[in-house]
Amino acid sequence: MSGGGGPSLMDSLFQRTLDDLIKGIRLHLPGAAQSSFISKSLDEIRREIKSTDSQTKATALQKLTYLHSLHGIDMSWAAFHAVELTSSPSFLHKKTGYLAASLSFRPSMDVLLLLTNQLRKDLSSTNQHEVSLALECLSVICTPDFARDLTPDIFTLLSGKNFIRKKAIACLLMVFSQYPDAVRVCFKRLVDNLESADNAQTLAATVGVFCELASKEPRSYLPLAPEFYRILVDSRNNWVLIKVLKIFAHLAKLEPRLAKKVVEPICDHMKRSEAKSLVFECVRAIVSSFYEFEFAVKLAVAKIREFLLDSDLNLRYLGLQGLLLVAPNHLWAVLENKEVVIKSLSDVDRNIKLEALRLVMSMVSDDNVVEICRVLIGYALKSDPEFCNEILRSMLSTCSRNVYEIVIDFDWYVSLLAEMARIPHCQNGEEIEFQLIDIGMRVKDVRPELVRAGRDLLIDPALLGNPFIHRILSAAAWVSGEYVKFSRNPFEIMEALLQPRTNLLPPSIRSVYIHSTFKVLSFCLHSFLLPGKGVNSSRSNFVDIEPGFTYSESEQEFTETDHATSSSGFNKRDTFTQEAVVNMLTLVITSLTPLAESHDVEIQERVRNVLGLAQLAQQEISCNHDQKEKMVDKVDLKTSIIIRLINDALSEDFGPVSLSAQERVPVPNGLVLEENLSKLDSICADVQLSISESFSLVKPILLPTDGDSVSNQQNEEDSETSPAESMSLLAEHRKRHGLFYLPSDHNKNASSSFPPANDPNQRDNDVEDLVKLTDESLVLKRKPGSNRPRPVVVKLDEGERLPITVKKTDENDDLISGAVRDVLLGNEASLHSSNPSGRRKGESHSKDKVENFETGNSSKRRSKHRNHGKYVEDKEENSEKSKKKSGGRHKARRRADGGIDVAVQKQVIPDFLL
Amino acid sequence: MIRAVIVINDQGKPRLVKFYDYQPVEKQQEIIRNIYGVLCSRAENVSNFVQDSTFGPDTRLVYKTFATLYFIVIFDDSENELAILDLMQVFVETLDKCFGNVCELDIVFNFNKVHTILDEIILGGQVVEMSSSEVVKALDDITRLEKNPNSIVRVPKSISGWQGR
Repeated sequence: MSGGGGPSLMDSLFQRTLDDLIKGIRLHLPGAAQSSFISKSLDEIRREIKSTDSQTKATALQKLTYLHSLHGIDMSWAAFHAVELTSSPSFLHKKTGYLAASLSFRPSMDVLLLLTNQLRKDLSSTNQHEVSLALECLSVICTPDFARDLTPDIFTLLSGKNFIRKKAIACLLMVFSQYPDAVRVCFKRLVDNLESADNAQTLAATVGVFCELASKEPRSYLPLAPEFYRILVDSRNNWVLIKVLKIFAHLAKLEPRLAKKVVEPICDHMKRSEAKSLVFECVRAIVSSFYEFEFAVKLAVAKIREFLLDSDLNLRYLGLQGLLLVAPNHLWAVLENKEVVIKSLSDVDRNIKLEALRLVMSMVSDDNVVEICRVLIGYALKSDPEFCNEILRSMLSTCSRNVYEIVIDFDWYVSLLAEMARIPHCQNGEEIEFQLIDIGMRVKDVRPELVRAGRDLLIDPALLGNPFIHRILSAAAWVSGEYVKFSRNPFEIMEALLQPRTNLLPPSIRSVYIHSTFKVLSFCLHSFLLPGKGVNSSRSNFVDIEPGFTYSESEQEFTETDHATSSSGFNKRDTFTQEAVVNMLTLVITSLTPLAESHDVEIQERVRNVLGLAQLAQQEISCNHDQKEKMVDKVDLKTSIIIRLINDALSEDFGPVSLSAQERVPVPNGLVLEENLSKLDSICADVQLSISESFSLVKPILLPTDGDSVSNQQNEEDSETSPAESMSLLAEHRKRHGLFYLPSDHNKNASSSFPPANDPNQRDNDVEDLVKLTDESLVLKRKPGSNRPRPVVVKLDEGERLPITVKKTDENDDLISGAVRDVLLGNEASLHSSNPSGRRKGESHSKDKVENFETGNSSKRRSKHRNHGKYVEDKEENSEKSKKKSGGRHKARRRADGGIDVAVQKQVIPDFLL
Repeated sequence: MIRAVIVINDQGKPRLVKFYDYQPVEKQQEIIRNIYGVLCSRAENVSNFVQDSTFGPDTRLVYKTFATLYFIVIFDDSENELAILDLMQVFVETLDKCFGNVCELDIVFNFNKVHTILDEIILGGQVVEMSSSEVVKALDDITRLEKNPNSIVRVPKSISGWQGR
């Protein structure tokens, strides 16, 4: 025996079969033992698969396919062996080869090229099961090359035996999508199959293919409406009817006259059918595409109600889905079934709960949002954590939709947000955090309430233990710091911000706390040291923007703190006594000093800022403590000067930033964004130097008045580089390295060429785009004393720039539909050549129409979802015209034909539609 | 269209995996793991539908439990949920007819045959047969062909291969 034959014979004699392999795998425990067994078997397979004996090879491939499909083992290396086996004369081996190919081949494999000829051969085999194998394989691994080369073979099969025909039709879908030109060859015969009433399965497959095609680009299939109509009326096969209903749901949206025609038969099916699947499909078609027909919708809603009350959970689930589809156009249907919906919120099935929740949200309007949210909060408290968060999430997203469109009472909404934070399972911290801050920035009127809610959250030590709401606390801290002027008692907030349990917070949030401490501290010191004019000057912006602005609901709070501060200061003196301020300073210093050595840079830096200010203030204020009469001097203290500067910096309001703010800043001429910045290295080397130089140079400019305070300020490690200072630093740098700066048009001030994206003081700036932007953000011109029911909500990006999601049709789909149109119209043209000229007129008209659609389409489709109504009108006009021209005569003729001659029907689409 | 048909047992082990558009095997395994995670968290006696985003926003998943097995079909909005449930019934009925009171072991040890049955019912994501008796008929044909390789031997070349055994 030859050396090569020996092992091969041994292999085939003692080869493990697939069953042996499976048994082996089952014997070994999952984990190391099993995977070592598998890798051992793989070694065997690698050996066996090279065998010249096709039985051995086939068994090896079988085992490998099994391992690939169920155990995720790579088998791309064996692709060639699979191809080899497909050409085996043994059916079993061929089948093994094809199974391996369809389960494991990927479209990019080189080896696919080798398969073309075998596929062709098997497609034309006399054995129908061989043809099936080839079709099955092709339907999974089809590539453009396969589709192109094999289209003629598949075309032949489209009129063959039913067993093959249905499979060939199912396979066509893949072929079309890979090679749109195949449509030109196969489409007519595919259409012919719509008439194959003899075999339900063939018809089902054909309709299925059209359903898929029409879901991508329905317009091209409008001319086939008569065929589908006939099937809708005649067929008794539920599977076929479901697909036809789906097709009509797509087509009816395009052609209102068609909708009028088919709505009746659909209702008939809905009334008559026993099959729930068909009934549901009718309901779905009616409520999504025929919602203008009142009687049909009524019937559909009645069916939905039956579903809702059924004991079968599946039907109840689908009933809710049906309602969800009705909701946008017929909210009454939802309201009618309100009880069922609300009851479903506590169903055992999560799916049903979710659908019910969605429905409840669809009922929300500005009238009932308060009531619904109250009910939902109740359910959230009762539900399991997962669903509880689902409820919270949908409340948050519904209420914030379109910049809080449905919220009228923001005080209520803020308290709702705070309430959510206290729900034990709440995990939506991030969203609540965002909304609290967002509302603070957008809605001025709500700030006092926001501060109040923030205070309540901050002073509750229990909340600090729940990591899920840390983000909310962060927002509360920020709000309390930023809008501290509305606070009833800033000292209380200070205590809350510094409470010992804050050490439970993660560093990032703790640093927000500390920064808020800084803001509160500077506010308190400011109120204490500079009661009268200082406040006025620092608030000037605020007052300018809203002259005579009054806080309607929280006026009392307001008078207590801010209002009093700015006017006389009687009240304020009660709050900001020397003692209270000194106590506060002590508290700040004692609580924060341990953190000055924190390892977290953010915390450390911010703590040092606060401590720097607090220590300075403590020194000076307690020095003054003895001579109480010298209060007047407070204004001259260093602290006062610094405080004034800081307050100037902090008093500017943050506003929401437009999504497109960055884009709107034009790229200056001559700026090359991709320029190589390697030269920067050499410049960076002396950056340090320049700073130290300019430091001394600049100071006198900053404060030229008082020499004493200047030197003081320099001694102090000044962490607040004031805007003026940094500006001059920048100017200095610009002078040295002018080369790397953009040429500025106006030499007046470096800062004005790079304005902040959304600075409320920007109105004078002459950069066009920014003016536009700020104009939008500053629709705040409030008339004094006007009592608006809903506070102004600052909006940016209204309408114009919102990211519009356009359903972009696939290029391939366009190609397919293009080919379909060619076939259908070309078809008609050739048929018409033998017809009376009168008819041709009608036909050419329909052609015009289709072309018309084609050109007008691209632009219209884009705006379709916005002005859908208008679009339909347009089309109606269009079709009115065609009605006038090609009207009555054809109709009569069709009646004469008795609807039997389907070919004729097909040509006169407009007739049918009339 | 139907995107995938999957059978897994109650421990998450795949027993039948068929995707109708190409998915790398790692992706397949990941999808199966995710699905199993979702399914085993669901209580008994709840609805058979799961909103599933495996293949995009519009896909749905229908599952049905038979003894220790989950039968799962993933499909898009060109299919009807209840019709797919019927289809699963047809599939299981067919398995039942072929194996006689089918159980998990039958499916474990008849990898090829189960695929053959499935291919007779669904092709390229389209349903091509809804009658289990038709499927059984075709399957009998195929089994005969498999057992009797001579029946389609036409090419003389293959004789050498035949003798080699």
